[in-house]
Amino acid sequence: MLKLENINMSYGDVQVLWDVSFEVREGEILVLVGANGAGKSSTLKTISGLQRASSGKITFDGTDLTHMPAEKIIGQGVVHVPEGRRLFNEMTVEENLIMGALHGEAKKQRSQTMEECYELFPRLKERRSQLAGTLSGGEQQMLAVARGLMSKPKLLMLDEPSLGLAPVLVQDIFDIVKSVNKQGITVLLVEQNVQSTLTFCDRAYVLENGRIVLSGTGKELLHNEHVRSAYLGI
Amino acid sequence: MELFLQTLVAGTLIGGLYAIIGIGMTLIMGVMGIINLAHGQILMVAMYITWVLWQYLGIDPYIGIIVAVPVVFYLGEGITKYLLHPLMEKDSIIPENQVLMTVGIGMVLVELVRSIFSSDYRSVQTSYTESIWRIGHISLSVPMVIAFVVALLLTLGLFLLLIRTDLGRSIRATAQDKDAAILMGVSAEKITILTFGIGSALTAAAGSLFLPIYYLYPDLGPIFTVKAFVITILGGLGSTVGAIAGGLVLGIAETFGATYISMGYRDAVGLVIFLLVLIFFPGGLKRLTKI
Repeated sequence: MLKLENINMSYGDVQVLWDVSFEVREGEILVLVGANGAGKSSTLKTISGLQRASSGKITFDGTDLTHMPAEKIIGQGVVHVPEGRRLFNEMTVEENLIMGALHGEAKKQRSQTMEECYELFPRLKERRSQLAGTLSGGEQQMLAVARGLMSKPKLLMLDEPSLGLAPVLVQDIFDIVKSVNKQGITVLLVEQNVQSTLTFCDRAYVLENGRIVLSGTGKELLHNEHVRSAYLGI
Repeated sequence: MELFLQTLVAGTLIGGLYAIIGIGMTLIMGVMGIINLAHGQILMVAMYITWVLWQYLGIDPYIGIIVAVPVVFYLGEGITKYLLHPLMEKDSIIPENQVLMTVGIGMVLVELVRSIFSSDYRSVQTSYTESIWRIGHISLSVPMVIAFVVALLLTLGLFLLLIRTDLGRSIRATAQDKDAAILMGVSAEKITILTFGIGSALTAAAGSLFLPIYYLYPDLGPIFTVKAFVITILGGLGSTVGAIAGGLVLGIAETFGATYISMGYRDAVGLVIFLLVLIFFPGGLKRLTKI
């Protein structure tokens, strides 16, 4: 579905992604794990066009995304829910959701998709006319995911959705990820929460210093010596 | 008491015009993150367009607005597209190079106008320039009232655009978090160019509305840039509702200064208020709403 081939990317003189290649298959939950600064977020930013690869190729369902302007990517069915939620804090919950469905089919089905989102996140419906900045951390993350879903994506890319949330809420968010996936949306998840994500994902890649060092199914990686010592502290 | 009320009314009327000048600057500030230091010069250009239409074609200034506003809208869009936006892509030693560019654009506009029309004072004399309405003991200058009403309608229209439409939401979203807006499919470049156009158009409308009231000369531009800057700071940088409050405060303060101190100190009063706000309310008049 989504294919990265030999992606290199730099911030100025500092190269952060080295020859990154991987594939996301339709219908799966794929996880990118790695420590701080390993290049996980940079990988997502390169896919969504906020950063440009210096070499390599990104294709989605056969369409070349490598040089596509960032604002066009969402129209291809790839949506990036960025790290730190990045909501429009001074707009209401409802306005944030509307911002998720600005173009094409998503705009036509806007009110219907919004109802679906409210079904998935009843809390957001209660707070629909509240400013996004006044929501709690967990609610903000739900809104960020819902805003992404408003674009009717084929591929949902989530960057550290569990960041800064209480353990109970982290489990909630992961449950949402699973149920979204069950609806047929492919998920590319970036996480530092290695143990729990590996237990429910289909496949995973491990990024270290901008390079992919390991890949396999979640179970395989959970039992991998390197993963266990480096990320699980066992 | 009559004098006081009279002054208050006159100040409020002029404050309405100041408000749309300030809103224009605030919109640009919000989306681009820069102070447009050519704002008053753009207003001055709009005044000259309206004046030329009056002088050579006999077109009433209030009809001239219909020409001046779109022309200046495209002027603003052109300035952003070809002069300001390219700078955003470049790394530079000073991050404020776009602001410096607006200073340069302002100078070029003033001197360009001077070279065409000279530094002479111009004004339009219409049938209604001197006319007044009387309510009790208070007299209202007709062109001021018309200007205030038009400014009010423009403000309402802008708010409807910002609150009710996808375009307006996209402008607000870009101002709040540009990268997130891009991820939602908003072309930040288009929005930036459009916003500068809208900001310029608002200040152009104010310029045309001022023409029946003010004298016109090229150096009026920098004076209005300073006024717009004061209003924007008073309003708390980036708040459109704050800019309305800032415009009214400046208008009323100036008029009181002119009435009770001296006409010559009118502009000084505005600047003194500016200093006081910087010292005592560095955040500007508190953000009244979140628009």
